[in-house]
Amino acid sequence: MAETYGRELRRAGADANSPLRRLLLLLRRYPLGAAGAFILTVFVLAAIFADAITWLDPLRTNAPEKLMVPGGKHWFGSDVMGRDIYSRIVFGARISLAVSLGATTLGSVLGVAVGLASGYLGGTFDLCVQRVMDILQALPLLVLALVTAAALGPSLTNTVIAIAIPMIPASARVIRSNTLALREAAFIEAAQVQGMSEWRIAIRHILPNTVAPLIVLATAQLGSAILTEASLSFLGLGIPEPAPSWGRMLSESAAEYMRTAPWLVIFPGAAISLMVFGTNLLGDALRDILDPRQRG
Amino acid sequence: MIADPILEVTGLRTVFFTSAGLVRAVEDVSFTLRRGEVLAVVGESGCGKSITALSLMRLVPSPPGRIVAGSVRLEGRDLLAISEPEMRAVRGNLMSMIFQEPMTSLNPVLTIGEQIAEAVRLHRDVTKAQAWERAVEMLRRVRIPEPAQRAKEYPHQLSGGMRQRAMIAIALACDPKVLIADEPTTALDVTIQAQILDLVLQLQQESGTSVLLITHDLGVVAETAQRVVVMYAGRKIEEASVEDLFERPMHPYTHGLMRSIPHLAALSGAVAERLQEIPGMVPALSNLPSGCAFAARCGHADAACTAGVPPLVERRPDHFVACWHAGALS
Repeated sequence: MAETYGRELRRAGADANSPLRRLLLLLRRYPLGAAGAFILTVFVLAAIFADAITWLDPLRTNAPEKLMVPGGKHWFGSDVMGRDIYSRIVFGARISLAVSLGATTLGSVLGVAVGLASGYLGGTFDLCVQRVMDILQALPLLVLALVTAAALGPSLTNTVIAIAIPMIPASARVIRSNTLALREAAFIEAAQVQGMSEWRIAIRHILPNTVAPLIVLATAQLGSAILTEASLSFLGLGIPEPAPSWGRMLSESAAEYMRTAPWLVIFPGAAISLMVFGTNLLGDALRDILDPRQRG
Repeated sequence: MIADPILEVTGLRTVFFTSAGLVRAVEDVSFTLRRGEVLAVVGESGCGKSITALSLMRLVPSPPGRIVAGSVRLEGRDLLAISEPEMRAVRGNLMSMIFQEPMTSLNPVLTIGEQIAEAVRLHRDVTKAQAWERAVEMLRRVRIPEPAQRAKEYPHQLSGGMRQRAMIAIALACDPKVLIADEPTTALDVTIQAQILDLVLQLQQESGTSVLLITHDLGVVAETAQRVVVMYAGRKIEEASVEDLFERPMHPYTHGLMRSIPHLAALSGAVAERLQEIPGMVPALSNLPSGCAFAARCGHADAACTAGVPPLVERRPDHFVACWHAGALS
């Protein structure tokens, strides 16, 4: 399907080198991916311009206006302490994105380093590293993140680390298996014949060939990072108060106000679901686009 | 008038330590490649010719392989004695290699131009722009039309013949003294094969590069090479100039190879002559018989053949053969 993309461009007489046109065509080719990108863009913009698009302090309590129904001054209503839910959701996007992007980047970078070294060096090093990865992977993501977060104590940085560490094995596995397969490829032998060093071959020839699966994996992990952050905060181990975290907003209100003030649960829940949904849609489209063998 | 030698291989011996035992892939092979010469190495699949090529490059997969003896002198310097970083400066720079599979020998995620430019930047102190210019020039030299556009394309956008041209461009980008071509045309269409061979020969004459051509195709040898080394079961069994070898092959194995080539004259004749095959199979390199490895398949074999390995003897001027009966046969 995607290989016709270049041909379609040429048939339409389009200038394939104009980035704008490429982008427009990609959007038309992958409507779901475009929807995912749109959702994420909205969240990213909201996070960046949080101060400009809100008018109430997300941290300021206001007893007289507690548990307000959505509408009027409080678009999404207000919580039990009278804090504006809309403001908290917008500022919460900052926390959620910072933690999930940070954790996924950290986890992927470490995973790539481990996987590349493990697959390329092989031998005893590979054996030992893989057993450590086995141990890490034997524990569920959330449990490992919980233990790490509990050990490190609640803070933004610690939450990022706690989520990143359990992510390492997955990317390390993908990179390692790709490296093993690629090491036997004829173009690696050709690179050796040209006098390239092992290190250079690994970085320049093996790594770029593993980018596509890595991106797909990273976007999938982005989704689970968002969920894990929410879960950790829900359980009180994530971002400490008073920072507005979607997970904590849920945990504060789920039990008591689910029936009496459902907007306390609906809006943070919807924000989490929407962001995870967006990353998944984008991830699927990226997988198709980034595969260079399908690039026209 | 004989040009001076550029690559001298002496007593090369490469073995593989496998679960099936010791495999002697290359056994005491010696030959000399002279400046500006095309030397062909001929033999069946599994006779050790590719491992010989990889041994020269010091790229025998290790483990399980190892070069255990011999020397490979490039302009007098023994490549088997230098360090790995020094060897890296030789590969792609003084000695290059092209492979059988042009379809998979290029990195799918880099453009052709990037890959040639990379080869240049590895060995030459040039800027990115200069390397790119060199890449486009190399594509022009290997007769790829619209080289400036093609340089920006990815390998999958090129045909098999084009890719092999690109491989040749990478191999020759640094003006190597020696080009090892390991079955460069085997995976290509017959018409493309001829084009690629012509190209290699033209470039060889333009640049004065010496070429070690590894092939199983005697037709290719006749058209391109000046000298031929025939290998069988890891050993060199005959060496001669192309004319001499085709006129008067002295080893029974070489005889057999010649008889298995279809001739147009014979095919068009009234009586369609049956092609002669060589009976039997190449012996397993892990379990070579004592004596001449070809004895079991040879019509002239006798007790002497199974008793000892025949030495390589100069039977005629510049015509070497390893056979106990070579004198009697010719």
